[in-house]
Amino acid sequence: MIQIENLHKKFGKNQVLSHLDLRIDEGGIFAVLGPNGSGKTTLIKSILGMVVPNKGNLSVLGASIRKNWKYRQEIDYLPQIANFPGNLKVKELIRMIKDLRQKPSNEQELITLLGLEPFLDKKLGTLSGGTKQKVNIVLTFMFDSPLIILDEPTTGLDPASLLKLKDLIQKEKSKGKTILITTHIMQFVEEMADEIVYLLEGNIYFKGTIDELMAKTEQNDFEHAIAAISTHTTNA
Amino acid sequence: MLKILKYSFYDLMRSRWSYVYFLFYLALGFVLLFLNHDLSKAVITLMNVIIVLVPLISTIFGVMYFYNSKEFTELLLAQPLKRSSIFLGQYYGVAGSLTLSLILGLGIPFILYGLFQSDAIWDFSLLLVTGAFLTLIFTALAFNIALSNENKIKGFGYAVLMWLFLAVIYDGLFLLSLIIFEEYPLDSFSLAATTFNPIDLSRTLILLKLDISALLGYTGAVFKSYFGTNLGLFISLGMLVLWTVLPIWRLAYKSKRKDF
Amino acid sequence: MKHFSKVLVLILLLMGTSLWAKTIVVCQDCELGSIKEGIAVAVDFDTLLIKKGTYKEYNILIDKPLTLLGENYPVIDGGKRGEIIRIVSDNVTVDGLFLINVGTSYTTDYAAIRVVKSENFIIQNVVLEKLFFGIYLEKSNHGKVYHNKIIGDAVDEYNSGNGIQLWYSHNVVVDRNIVQGVRDGIYLEFSDHITINNNQSTNNLRYGLHFMFSNDDTYTNNTFQNNGAGVAVMFSKRILMKGNTFRQNWGSAAFGMLLKEINDAEIIDNTFEENTIGINIEGSNRITYEGNDFINNGWAVKVLGACYTNSFVKNNFLYNSFDISYNSKLNDNKFENNYWSNYTGYDLDKDGIGDVPYRPVKLFSYIVNRTPETIVLLRSLFMDIIDFSEKVSPVFTPDNLMDAMPLMKKTE
Repeated sequence: MIQIENLHKKFGKNQVLSHLDLRIDEGGIFAVLGPNGSGKTTLIKSILGMVVPNKGNLSVLGASIRKNWKYRQEIDYLPQIANFPGNLKVKELIRMIKDLRQKPSNEQELITLLGLEPFLDKKLGTLSGGTKQKVNIVLTFMFDSPLIILDEPTTGLDPASLLKLKDLIQKEKSKGKTILITTHIMQFVEEMADEIVYLLEGNIYFKGTIDELMAKTEQNDFEHAIAAISTHTTNA
Repeated sequence: MLKILKYSFYDLMRSRWSYVYFLFYLALGFVLLFLNHDLSKAVITLMNVIIVLVPLISTIFGVMYFYNSKEFTELLLAQPLKRSSIFLGQYYGVAGSLTLSLILGLGIPFILYGLFQSDAIWDFSLLLVTGAFLTLIFTALAFNIALSNENKIKGFGYAVLMWLFLAVIYDGLFLLSLIIFEEYPLDSFSLAATTFNPIDLSRTLILLKLDISALLGYTGAVFKSYFGTNLGLFISLGMLVLWTVLPIWRLAYKSKRKDF
Repeated sequence: MKHFSKVLVLILLLMGTSLWAKTIVVCQDCELGSIKEGIAVAVDFDTLLIKKGTYKEYNILIDKPLTLLGENYPVIDGGKRGEIIRIVSDNVTVDGLFLINVGTSYTTDYAAIRVVKSENFIIQNVVLEKLFFGIYLEKSNHGKVYHNKIIGDAVDEYNSGNGIQLWYSHNVVVDRNIVQGVRDGIYLEFSDHITINNNQSTNNLRYGLHFMFSNDDTYTNNTFQNNGAGVAVMFSKRILMKGNTFRQNWGSAAFGMLLKEINDAEIIDNTFEENTIGINIEGSNRITYEGNDFINNGWAVKVLGACYTNSFVKNNFLYNSFDISYNSKLNDNKFENNYWSNYTGYDLDKDGIGDVPYRPVKLFSYIVNRTPETIVLLRSLFMDIIDFSEKVSPVFTPDNLMDAMPLMKKTE
């Protein structure tokens, strides 16, 4: 599904990603974890083509993404900060994204699910953070694409909506899709992720299942395992 | 690109600022006509105002829009869209709505005052063409500055400085160099110097229309062929096109290589 | 023969003695086949009726009071061999002829019609083409040059002549002539009490009208357009210039009107439009400028050297690049009650007169005088700022040069 070889990215003097190799196979939920500034967002943005790598090859669905933009047709992306053009109404934003992607969509179902009907005629600028995130979720899940990338999907969501989000993700997974998630909520990872990609100082420090991680760190609780991974490295 | 243009344009058409800009020009047009009672005089006053004000407004508006629509841009970047279309679409959206505000804002009062029956119509059309060019150029320059500066305050500062430089300081340096080197033949230099500043270029176009009598008072042969024939008009228009195309091209080029 | 009887009446009136005058017909198939033959057989106060045709003749001498009347514009072709008609007698009328091909010379001023030391002449309805000099009046007084058309094709000043030239000739009326494509349209030298009305002098190489050492002359309602340098009035006194139009005189040394060493003149109700310089004034004193319109000129008025006690009253200065330009800091001229389109003051007491004085001299005009290339900075914001600061506290411009009572509306 995603194939990354020898990826380098520098922002000014700051080497964010170096010699990064990663292979993500089709199907399943992958959690991209790591401390702040480890390059999670950069990695995701590289996959999306928003960040241009200095070196290395990146291919999605078997095709190199260099000078290519059509492959994004196959990706649904939920950005971290859900800020939209303030003058647009929710309805218009959804219509616009549909217009831009020209793909079949099931936004009505999602709107009902998340209870967004009352907000459809409101301008995005007037919405609360949580509601914006719901709109964000609608925009992401309304298309049927084989790859879904979620950057901090839980931000601002109330518990009920969080549950609905989890259901949504599981449903997509059951269709055999590949889902990439970054988050800081360990409970969420533990519950959802099939595999963990742990990033540290611009490289993959660990890739495997939760069980493998616990075995490696000799911890029997996920949160401690993650903590141990970090301390382990700081000690090292 | 056309879709982005459409959405940026709609977005702007709904924003308060487009109306402020539109109403400002409307008011300017009416006030000038009310004070002068004379179309030709109002057009001349407007020309003086336009070559300074349009660049300023376009610059500020362009920078502001670029920074304000950062999230929108990021949303679009994740969509299956070409990068250059995203930025060019936004650029044309802004420049288009600014131009429309200018044309409507000034056009309505002048048409109500009987522009079509007046012989000032050519001057007025020139005014609008110049205004449109300046809008395109300065919006593009503003977008370039904003694209190259992540820091809003810095970007804003550079943009205003650029305006100040091109609108005032450039001419000051220009005048100084003409006076310092007055013993040397300067006509080619002075004509060349006007082409390196889009505001001066637009000024030249206006001079050709309003002050041709004075321009022909200078003895230099180069001046004579520049202002006396259509050469000046074509060169100025050509350079204005170049001034429009180059920043747009850079915008497309830079946007392809930028990280978000 | 209505036309003929009219002329006859005219001749009767003019000469009074011509009751026994007869008409002699000249035509190519007649007994008298040339104009010279006609003149030879004619006696005083006869009329030579010249029928349509082409007469190849030059150096035609009219030495007795005669009327040469052309019918349907007969052509007299001088074949570029010299002068065509010379009048050396009083009371001669030349009417309705078409003269072409005057000889060109660097030593002799060949003219289509030359009047020498004669009085009471009338030259009218004559068309001149391919000429060197057109109508040349030499020490001839009390005549009339009326409704002629002079179409030259002059290219260089050094080998072209003037359309209508007056030299030591007084009390002549020059009316309703069209002069174009010659060196000077109308040229006056040492000629006093001349009246020049309703003429159109256009596309001439040098001046549309040129005065030298000629006093007490009047010219009104003439149009001078697109001449090399406009109209020049030099070294003359008491000239009245009224209701003329000076238009589109463009170029580095071009102006609507040049005044050089002119005293006690009146310049009233003229229009100066789209000239590089509307009026260029050098060493001219006691001149009244009133009711003139200066429209779209580069410089409406350019004052050079010492000019004293001139007054500019009730003129309209409309959309000129520069209204007034001075090259000195001294001012002894009066500006009052003019309308200035560049005026930005206000009229709170509503008396039609601006409450703040207008300063017509911009600092920028000094800079342009000094470094002409700076003209490309016209209308630059930077120049406006500099001009504004000069306006607030004059340093380079004469501080008493202002219109203290500028009008708020154009004068009619």
